[in-house]
Amino acid sequence: MIPELGHFALIVALCIAGVQAVLPLIGAQRGDATWMALARPAAQGQLVFVVIAFACLAWSFVANDFSVLNVASNSNSLLPLRYRFAATWGSHEGSLLLWVLMLNLWMTAVSVFSRRLPSEMVARILSVMAMISIGFLLFLLFTSNPFERLLPAAADGRDLNPLLQDPGMVIHPPMLYMGYVGFSVAFAFAIAALIGGQLDATWARWSRPWTTMAWAFLTVGIAMGSGWAYYVLGWGGWWFWDPVENASFMPWLVGTALVHSLAVSEKRGGFKIWTVLLAIIAFSLSLLGTFLVRSGVLTSVHAFATDPKRGIFILAFLALVIGAALALFAWRAPKVGLGGAFALISRESALLVNNVLLFVAAAAVLLGTLYPLFLDALGLGKISVGPPYFESVFVPLMAPAVFLMGIAPFARWKQDQPLDLARRLKWALAVAIASALLLPFTLGLWTPLLALGILLAVWVAVAGVVNVRERVLQLRASTSVPVSTALRRLPRGYWGMLVAHFGVAVFIVGVTLVRGYEVEKDVRMGPGDTVAVGGYQFRLDGLKRIQGPNYDATRGVISVTRDERPVATLHPEKRFFTVQQMPMTEAAIDTGLTRDLYVSLGEPLQDGAWVVRVYYKPFVTWIWGGAFLMALGGIIAVTDRRYRLARRDAIAPTTNAPTAVAQVA
Amino acid sequence: MRWLFALMLCWLPALGCAKEAPPVADDPVLEQRLMRLAKELRCLVCQNESLADSHAELATDLRDQIRDQMRAGRSDEQIKSWLTQRYGDFVLYRTPVKATTAMLWFGPFALLLAGLAGLVFYLRRRRARVSEPRLTPEERTRARALLQEPDPDAAGR
Amino acid sequence: MKSLRFILPLLVFVVLLMFLWVGLSLNPREVPSPLVGKPAPAFQLARLDDPAKTLADKDLRGQVWLLNVWASWCVSCMEEHPVLVELSKQGVVPVYGLNYKDQPAAAQQWLARNGDPYTLSMVDPDGKVGIDYGVYGVPETYVIDKAGVIRYKQIGPVTPKVLSEHILPLVKRLQAS
Repeated sequence: MIPELGHFALIVALCIAGVQAVLPLIGAQRGDATWMALARPAAQGQLVFVVIAFACLAWSFVANDFSVLNVASNSNSLLPLRYRFAATWGSHEGSLLLWVLMLNLWMTAVSVFSRRLPSEMVARILSVMAMISIGFLLFLLFTSNPFERLLPAAADGRDLNPLLQDPGMVIHPPMLYMGYVGFSVAFAFAIAALIGGQLDATWARWSRPWTTMAWAFLTVGIAMGSGWAYYVLGWGGWWFWDPVENASFMPWLVGTALVHSLAVSEKRGGFKIWTVLLAIIAFSLSLLGTFLVRSGVLTSVHAFATDPKRGIFILAFLALVIGAALALFAWRAPKVGLGGAFALISRESALLVNNVLLFVAAAAVLLGTLYPLFLDALGLGKISVGPPYFESVFVPLMAPAVFLMGIAPFARWKQDQPLDLARRLKWALAVAIASALLLPFTLGLWTPLLALGILLAVWVAVAGVVNVRERVLQLRASTSVPVSTALRRLPRGYWGMLVAHFGVAVFIVGVTLVRGYEVEKDVRMGPGDTVAVGGYQFRLDGLKRIQGPNYDATRGVISVTRDERPVATLHPEKRFFTVQQMPMTEAAIDTGLTRDLYVSLGEPLQDGAWVVRVYYKPFVTWIWGGAFLMALGGIIAVTDRRYRLARRDAIAPTTNAPTAVAQVA
Repeated sequence: MRWLFALMLCWLPALGCAKEAPPVADDPVLEQRLMRLAKELRCLVCQNESLADSHAELATDLRDQIRDQMRAGRSDEQIKSWLTQRYGDFVLYRTPVKATTAMLWFGPFALLLAGLAGLVFYLRRRRARVSEPRLTPEERTRARALLQEPDPDAAGR
Repeated sequence: MKSLRFILPLLVFVVLLMFLWVGLSLNPREVPSPLVGKPAPAFQLARLDDPAKTLADKDLRGQVWLLNVWASWCVSCMEEHPVLVELSKQGVVPVYGLNYKDQPAAAQQWLARNGDPYTLSMVDPDGKVGIDYGVYGVPETYVIDKAGVIRYKQIGPVTPKVLSEHILPLVKRLQAS
């Protein structure tokens, strides 16, 4: 009964989406208030039914209903509760339902937090989002029904892939999808603006918090995926430039460009056409990612099971949505006016160069990911494009962008003097260069790449501090308030930027130091044997066999000391999952602020000894710490006062150049 | 009594008799070289894993072959060409630079140059097109007054 | 003509779409062999039926022959085995087996149970010859001509369709020359 209820709920949601996609859009064209007003309740109604459908599927998993094909294929009665719940989105069908759920959550959020927007705008936005929802619901109902029955019911399920039986599975996909799908809001805003013909600074102001939130979620989602791979795969890698990873990274890169471009559109009314195009591209890349992961067109460890019918459907959907959006862009963009003027050296141009660099980086990732497909399709042979390519191309593109991150907050809007900028920044640069030259020596090794990483990280961090100091001094010069008050007066948007940029610096420190200074040793250990890695002593105290809920395992006990003082006891395991007959390494990690000690069991050897991999990874947690700081910066920025003041933007004027100049911004 | 004492002395080392764990590989330096190369090679039977990371049987066989060849003194280039003779360019994660992959390797930088050049041209033309509205003297005074106001909200971001 | 530049994103997307469309019919995991058109790598391996005797590539010069890589532990080999047995009965072209990374006892039992289409089978216990031939999965089948040049490689099981469309016509052509 419950699966059928879920199935029915999806059909109802589809009908509501149909209404929501058509009527408010026509209403907005004709100025029909009643039809436009349908958008909000329709969005909320759709959410109710999608939640019901999702709950039904989740219930089937939790209650071990093996008469549902999806549950029988992806779960098992021995699976712990939290993983039975997470298995709801562990398959292609279930993850699509998660996609639709996220889309509906964002739609409802837009319907609730948009009181100040004009009703045509809201109507168009929700209408566009409903169209996307229709596409995914049709896809679910016609090719990927999660509620399909298995009759006669299986006695038990095939279990969730052991690699997914982990807390990471509970958080990473939802976060990632919140981000991926969240860009649909920016997309809808852009389409609505193109349809309505009003593309101005106010539009940018409304789009910005939504885009930033989606970007923050995506940042967290990607960081979690990376962290999860790090501790679950057993060899301490955290990014492989795998097609599925790239599929999430490309929208992130374009999303970052978009967030910066929106800043200019909001402040100066500039870059509007470019911003709209970026908004379309960001979401298009999300959709493209969905296609790449599920169509079988690319090989990946993360890819879902494939089916040509599904591939064709998504491709058709892609063609329709993105094609229509880009066609609309081609038609309406020429009519959009330009924003304020700015010089070659100005904050605007700095942000433009940042955009070009980020966009080219995204294009490079796309090129590398799809190139094997291009050559194969042209009959020019089969090649592989892997980490060596991506790293060779990505780092040279991003280094200048990071360097610009230090400069741009200093550059004045509209026009600035290069010499003046240099003067204000000279100390930051000096400190950065000094650190780059000296720090690696204190850590034991100097290479140009290490120096570059440290240079960039210190540069961004110190430039940020110098910028705050400058701003506080400026405030105190005109108002003579104490430092603490001055700091508090600085807008949240500014703090958000600082924290996010600082997060980038932290991230670079993590990547650079781990690359440069990590130590790995693969040794044969019997009970009592020791090995020294990175200044720590690791001793294998013993091994024993244990029983988990759905696996057998050998668990090692490794005590770690440093200078005779105990540091940690680690318990790496080698698990063997009985249902899927699959072995899995559960690494043991002692996490610290300045280093991770990482131990994993390899293979058992003849004499009762085991192959043990021991890693000393300095500052590796800074990689994800930096990413979380970036997301935090985004969230701080979204809580800026100007988004919370109700009175100000009650009516939406279409700003034109003279008023924009007269407004002091 | 002395022999008892001597016996006890023998126990003590036995208690701490645990040895320094030997590396898995017979030649760690060679192994490092192997792993460095294997990281840039693709496992042919996996879903996108490197030869260094894969546990597949073919991967183990190939690593053994490469190890033997390294011991025999062959260079990385020779080993890579030995592999591509048998499996084609597919086995190389560092895509070789050829006529067919020129766009891959040079495309991004070409795009960057085009983007930056286009940007400069566009900005130059734009400045000519965008008109700067002139302020009247009253507007100018008003603007100056507004700028003097302490408004924490618009702190010059 | 300024508006032309706004059409550019749409055009790029259409080109991308076309590639993705073609991509749906391709198999990204299939690794075509660079050895097609090149001399078959030399080998000298013990025979499965009589380990004291060996079989070398030069023994097979002057005829067109098929090299089939198989193993008793290989599930897909069961799929193609009846096809090979049928082929061997027709006597059109000799099929030689390369028993890849297998135990001779298990291999012989498997042939006894399922039929032996091979004129002779040779044993490659550590897979070295397989690697020389660019084998990455089992089963794989090669068509080798009179001069000892590889003319075709079938990745995966030999199906009746593959036989009738690719292998047999090629064999006929090579035997005629």
